Amino acid sequence: MLLITCPHCGERAQAEFTYERPVQTVIALDAPVEVAVETLYNRANPRGWSWELWRHTHGCGAWLKLHRHTATHEVAAVALLEAGA
Amino acid sequence: MKRYSAFNLFREGLNGHKGWGPAWRSPEPARSYDAVIIGGGGHGLAAAYYLAKIQGLKRIAVLERGWIGGGNTGRNTTIVRSNYRQPQIQRLLEFSLKLWEGLSEELNYNVMFSQRGALFLGHSDSDMTRLAERGDALRCNGIDAELMTPGQVARLIPLLDMSDRARFPVHGGLIQRRGGTARHDAVAWGYARAADVRGVDIIQNCEVTGFDIRGGRIAGIRTSRGDIATDRIGMSVAGASGQVAALAGFTLPIESHLLQAFVSEPVKPMIDTVIMSQSIHCYISQSDKGEVVLGGDPDLYPTYSQKGVPYRLEEVAGQAISLIPALSRLRMLRSWAGTTDMSFDGSPIIGTTPVEGLFINGGWCYGGFKATPGAGWLLAHTVATGAPHDINAPFGLDRFAAGATVDEQGTGPMPQAH
Ligand SMILES: Cc1cc2nc3c(=O)[nH]c(=O)nc-3n(C[C@H](O)[C@H](O)[C@H](O)COP(=O)(O)OP(=O)(O)OC[C@H]3O[C@@H](n4cnc5c(N)ncnc54)[C@H](O)[C@@H]3O)c2cc1C
Ligand SMILES: [Zn+2]
Repeated sequence: MLLITCPHCGERAQAEFTYERPVQTVIALDAPVEVAVETLYNRANPRGWSWELWRHTHGCGAWLKLHRHTATHEVAAVALLEAGA
Repeated sequence: MKRYSAFNLFREGLNGHKGWGPAWRSPEPARSYDAVIIGGGGHGLAAAYYLAKIQGLKRIAVLERGWIGGGNTGRNTTIVRSNYRQPQIQRLLEFSLKLWEGLSEELNYNVMFSQRGALFLGHSDSDMTRLAERGDALRCNGIDAELMTPGQVARLIPLLDMSDRARFPVHGGLIQRRGGTARHDAVAWGYARAADVRGVDIIQNCEVTGFDIRGGRIAGIRTSRGDIATDRIGMSVAGASGQVAALAGFTLPIESHLLQAFVSEPVKPMIDTVIMSQSIHCYISQSDKGEVVLGGDPDLYPTYSQKGVPYRLEEVAGQAISLIPALSRLRMLRSWAGTTDMSFDGSPIIGTTPVEGLFINGGWCYGGFKATPGAGWLLAHTVATGAPHDINAPFGLDRFAAGATVDEQGTGPMPQAH
């Protein structure tokens, strides 16, 4: 990893970015309680590819979606969050 | 098995030390066991030992995919203490600390438990308020804690930068004198040897690859060295908790992250206390070999790589040097990382799982070495009786949905925040 390509800023040091959570653990506002609890607390925690929410905290501040491998640290894709995502 | 004693040491000395024999057997896995523990870290080995010794089970195996003690047990900074803030976790860790205090004799193995004191530094008025509050909480529950003035701290650790210009000025501290360090490998080896004496099969290079679950109940376990029939399993696999749970068909409130540690070249004794801080995440101690052992923040994202980012070393070294300027003269010798099982409230999970007969001890984040004897004891109790002990009852998987989390730091449900 070490370098992450921000769609706005280009290649930047990993230290500028903050990991937030796996994309699928974002809770829908109208989710029923059981679904919300399950989504909030239980993690697939894969050893492999994962879509994650990151933020370019110490850069442009954008929220990003990273397709990242949790063992090799390869980043296959970095995308901006779309409206409503 | 030959007992370790002054007499036997003397006798073996005359004999060229040829008669000791291996400290534990390397048996082939049997076709069935009364109970199986997954994971040959300190926790798993301790669980097997107490299953045999306290719970009186007879046919027990520990299955370890690599070598015993090769996980976080062999990678941690070995700080042992019970001076936490929440009563539930205080009780668990104090139970563990009392077991540490008799452990070398219990195991007939020198685990080099050294009660050199575990000190938290305070760097501001608010730090000192929080340390005083924690000290009060501890003393109310009968656990030792002493608040220290800057003068007392300076006498304890003369190398600290006590000047007004210090980057992290020292306003005082809170010490647990019964806290300290232990030799990590010796803890794994000591439990392994003592468990082996009681007939436990310790099977290394044996990866658990699946479970035989019938009607929601454990009937057996699949491994890289064949299938084994058993109806009781305790999993104690730290960073691999999510993967082993997936084999049994459920998910956990755990995310696997990474923590690094660093040691310097060995030097003469210069720091005889464990130094931590209320404000900065840097902890410093000196090993019996003379290396200065440093640790800091985790890397803060999910990873199984066991490879840390270099900027963490820079950060930890910077903080350590600010506290103890003399450290700037040392060369760093090694750095490494372990996969930590980060839970959602920073507290462990010890109890039942959705699969009957499968029990879990995990979610210890980066603080489970200190709990090795206690967690092993409690997992053994839970596996043998099928229900948690009073001490681990607050640490069940159900606490998250119930809202009864034990959130020591008060940071909320974010694994990376603890
Ligand atoms: C850098 C670092 C510093 C730390 N510092 C401290 C500290 O100062 N104080 C403190 O209290 N704690 C500390 N910790 C935390 C502490 O190390 C752990 O919480 C504790 O050692 C966990 O012990 P364990 O026996 O459960 O895990 P481990 O020692 O990791 O054992 C788990 C074992 O399970 C095995 N395993 C995994 N999957 C399978 C499978 N499928 N089949 C068979 N076996 C499997 C692994 O190979 C491993 O040996 C630190 C951790 C790290 C990484
Ligand atoms: Zn950016």
